[in-house]
Amino acid sequence: MYVSPIREPLIKGNKDYSQVTKDILAPMAGTPSKYWYMGMTIAGAAALFGAWASFMTVFYGIGTWGTNKTIGWAWDITNFVWWVGIGHAGTFISAILLLFRQKWRTSINRSAEAMTLIAIACAGFFPLIHMGRLLLGFFIFPYPNTRALWVNFNSPLLWDVFAISTYFAVSLVFWYVGLIPDIGTVRDKAKDKIRKAIYGFLSFGWTGSAKHWSRHETISLILAGLAAPLVLSVHTIVSFDFATSVIPGWHTTIFPPYFVSGAIFSGFAMVLTLLIVTRKALHLEDYITVNHVESMNKIIILTGSIVGIAYLTEFFMAWYSGVEYETYAFFNRAFGPYAWAYWIMMTCNVITPQLFWFKKIRTNLVATFIISIFVNIGMWFERFVIVVTSLHRDYLPSSWTMYKPTIVEVGLYVGTLGLFFTLFLLFIRVFPVIAIAEIKSVLKSSGEHQKHADHE
Amino acid sequence: MNKYITAYYNDEEDLLKGIKQLKSKGIDVADVMTPFPVHGLDKALGFRRSRLTRVAFIGGAIGGLTGFLFQAWVFTKAYPLNFGGKPFFAVPSFIPVTFEMTVLFAAFSMVIAFFIRSNIGPGAKTIIHDERSTDDRFLLVVDIQEDEEVKQVEKALAEAGALGIQFKA
Repeated sequence: MYVSPIREPLIKGNKDYSQVTKDILAPMAGTPSKYWYMGMTIAGAAALFGAWASFMTVFYGIGTWGTNKTIGWAWDITNFVWWVGIGHAGTFISAILLLFRQKWRTSINRSAEAMTLIAIACAGFFPLIHMGRLLLGFFIFPYPNTRALWVNFNSPLLWDVFAISTYFAVSLVFWYVGLIPDIGTVRDKAKDKIRKAIYGFLSFGWTGSAKHWSRHETISLILAGLAAPLVLSVHTIVSFDFATSVIPGWHTTIFPPYFVSGAIFSGFAMVLTLLIVTRKALHLEDYITVNHVESMNKIIILTGSIVGIAYLTEFFMAWYSGVEYETYAFFNRAFGPYAWAYWIMMTCNVITPQLFWFKKIRTNLVATFIISIFVNIGMWFERFVIVVTSLHRDYLPSSWTMYKPTIVEVGLYVGTLGLFFTLFLLFIRVFPVIAIAEIKSVLKSSGEHQKHADHE
Repeated sequence: MNKYITAYYNDEEDLLKGIKQLKSKGIDVADVMTPFPVHGLDKALGFRRSRLTRVAFIGGAIGGLTGFLFQAWVFTKAYPLNFGGKPFFAVPSFIPVTFEMTVLFAAFSMVIAFFIRSNIGPGAKTIIHDERSTDDRFLLVVDIQEDEEVKQVEKALAEAGALGIQFKA
């Protein structure tokens, strides 16, 4: 077999197949470390704060929020778009990079996909809670009812319902189908009976039969082929929520590609934030190497630059269109009362990712971690700027106003962050964080030991 | 329960070579259990291309048609509503839901077909011949029709470099 002598191995250390199994299953065994408990405590406390805020919203109503007649959408939709965007990285890694035959994805796809599912769950919470009356949430689905009335299929908000629920369902299936062989491994390595029974049930009776593997390969490829346009469609439809309206600053055709690249940009930042900590805490440095981090940083430069160009294009078009309202909306963004938010967005999203052009920075884990946090903050502010600055000064100057979040809204946001980290911490204890079978299938062509053996 | 012999290899390349050798001697390999998908194994065992892709296509077509026709029915027949004078049969605005339904149906029909066809599912009971076949062993199963065959197959397996040859009845 030909092995490129220049390419660095994807998996470090002299590993054979059983060593791979042992290394990846190690974090699931025994009792969790004290750092895990610490993380769980903080995340759980944040989730409880969110539970309190949800209670306040449901019990007293939307009046507990800082939104008003002019600014009807604020943190809720900002958080929704932010979380959906974060989810995109997982599907991008597992579907689009699979279609492009990027072998380095095997080390990170499992945890990124889990992150996707958790992020979509966090995102889905906001449209539900912003209805105020949660018990009427089922109204968004077309079901036969006594009023003989159907939902409005012309509305982007309804498209969102279909897009997000399909995205969640398909991502879940994709993730679980990939997980089945590894659950089989967990089952066969389990020592005690209860553990064996639970994982035996979850493994769907996986044996690793050649025919099953052959089918598994086929459906993984087709699912990737389905998930790739799906992930692009989801943020496109999310951007339609804004783009199909007639609000200056929202009504632009650039939104779909701009939102999709922004989503992948923020998603990769979140993957990096999580994995830089996870690899260290779970001792998976041999599997998630600096090369992986560097590859992800390169995608961050690309998508970050697309986002930067989109910001400039918007500005140019606002001037070039000659539309008074459009021009004012953008002038107001950069120099109005919310200019601070705009410049935080510009700094975090356009300037900081450009630092990754330096090899020293993109291969430095601490620097990457810090920049990934900056990108997360910047992308949150991007949505805040789009939503709030476009609304707060509308066509009627008499209704111009400002928006400030209340403690309840802060609680809802912090609550989803808490939920996100709680579920992620549970995930790393319950399922293997790296796709064991996929790592084994690239071990011969990309493992360190195997590579060297070929050259001797 | 039929009778069979299991044996294993420690490396996928030895496994492929072994299967070739057994085939040349006219011994059929009933099943192979591997910890990961081995390239070239499909060919060695003479598998045909999976037809699950067709299931996905048909499922997707059903989903897409259902989504599109349902929306068209709602807006032209069941409850036509005038949205700012726009056409009732507004094809472009039906596309997002149609697309999502296509993907949803294609994915689910294919995965469900995979589970049914492979006889696996939540809590399915299957025989695990060797607990290391999901770890680092490449397991081979050869079915035995008559007892006289056992010696001959065992000898062929040993010659093909297989380890841990076991006869199970």
